[in-house]
Amino acid sequence: MTTRRQFLALACGTLAAGELRAQLDPNIQAKRKAALEAAISKVVGDAPVRPGKVKLDVPPLIDNGNTVPITVTVESPMTEAIYVKAIPLFTEKNPQPYVLTAHLGPRAGRATLSTRARIADTGRVIAIAELSDGSFWSDAVSVVVTLSACLEDGLI
Amino acid sequence: MARVAVTVPPSAKRGEIIEIKTLAQHEMETGFRRTQTGELVPRDIITGFVCRYNGVEVFRAELHQAMAANPLIAFTTVAAESGTLEFTWTGDHGYLANQKAEIKVV
Amino acid sequence: MRAAAFFFAVVCVWLQAAEIPLAERRSGYEFMGRETRAMQDDDTTNPALFSLLDGEQLWNRPDGTAARACAGCHGDAAQSMKGIAARYPTVAGGKPINLEQRINACRVEQQRAPAFAYESKELVALTAYVGRQSRGMPIAIEANDATRPRLEAGRALYERRQGQLNLSCSQCHDDNWGKLLAGSAIPQGHPTGYPIYRLEWQGMGSLERRLRNCMIGVRAEPYAYGSPEMVQLELYLMWRARGMKLETPAVRP
Repeated sequence: MTTRRQFLALACGTLAAGELRAQLDPNIQAKRKAALEAAISKVVGDAPVRPGKVKLDVPPLIDNGNTVPITVTVESPMTEAIYVKAIPLFTEKNPQPYVLTAHLGPRAGRATLSTRARIADTGRVIAIAELSDGSFWSDAVSVVVTLSACLEDGLI
Repeated sequence: MARVAVTVPPSAKRGEIIEIKTLAQHEMETGFRRTQTGELVPRDIITGFVCRYNGVEVFRAELHQAMAANPLIAFTTVAAESGTLEFTWTGDHGYLANQKAEIKVV
Repeated sequence: MRAAAFFFAVVCVWLQAAEIPLAERRSGYEFMGRETRAMQDDDTTNPALFSLLDGEQLWNRPDGTAARACAGCHGDAAQSMKGIAARYPTVAGGKPINLEQRINACRVEQQRAPAFAYESKELVALTAYVGRQSRGMPIAIEANDATRPRLEAGRALYERRQGQLNLSCSQCHDDNWGKLLAGSAIPQGHPTGYPIYRLEWQGMGSLERRLRNCMIGVRAEPYAYGSPEMVQLELYLMWRARGMKLETPAVRP
């Protein structure tokens, strides 16, 4: 299935032949879905991941997929008794699913993280919070990524 | 010289939660791009970041290709004691960057 | 090709596209999302930060056979460069000259150092540093006897159809601003923050680089860096944005 991005790229001739080869793999969506699921399993193992506690702040319509500001906040008292241990961040449609994994502890005071990601195509951004009690919580946001107008085509 | 910039409040009250913002100058070449002639541009990214507060790790992150160029990492920590916050970035091809910031906790 | 372009220019020059009324002008800043605007607003995390630091270093570094730094003559940039970028491009001896060219002229004549290449990291950084000293000030290009002929030439370039897509700047940025082109809002095209950190480039660049992007976008042959056409167009665009606040260094998608 050719995505709109690929079609536009073909129409505008903005992709080099090599990139075109890599993009047109007919199984690409299935492969990326599998990679995302594998990445999440690596973090959570068999444990259930419940929606909640995590708030993922991403613009729903992205100005440019090269730099997408993302903020993750997790409701947690961040005490020695109960705190957020790790926050892995994933995307659904990138060539590989990981963005960044933050490791925190009670000394963080608040479970919050801000960064900027690259998001290749319209799809979900997923944040998971691993708590010190072994539970996993998550939030996901669907974002729309469009091609930029007026590119350089290598002719800087 | 690897260029980085950190923003840490110079002073804080004991127990106050302070915001730390860090920026590293780095192209974060993903390794997925191809040149006009079709060759893959090799990966060159920052892969790790650590913040130590008077020698104790208080924050750590693993970075991947999906991080934007000139990566921003902002987080919080509790102003526990006066001293030095040390920030270290590591990455492909021996990339290493270090920055220190002093904080006075009253 | 040139003759055909000229012919079309002559035929189309009477087609005055609707200029945006002064009060309705909006900076590209307003067409960006909240989060992208926040990137520009926070000095500590604006991705242009490193370029500014580079610019400051270059400002203070003695260079050339004269072994002079910009600071050697101009002192503290925050004082001496205040308002400068808001008045460029300018016209000197009938020739339009932009800020990059002015900086290079100083390098060659005063520092006796080779000019920085267009779009080099150094030139962009220095231009960004100088531009930063005018941040918040209104763009101050005047239409006077010296500038008027160049402004008219610039306006003609702005309004002429070009490229395989046969579009003029004016058709998108005067007639269709605010509408969506492939999901992105078309801004009015005011150069209020150059040099910018463009998210698409994941780096800093000049107005000329952005204009070349536009021309490649309509499949036209882009004007060369520093060419008279390019600088006239820059002059016209800055005049079109007169009174709007300078935001250098801006962040744009």
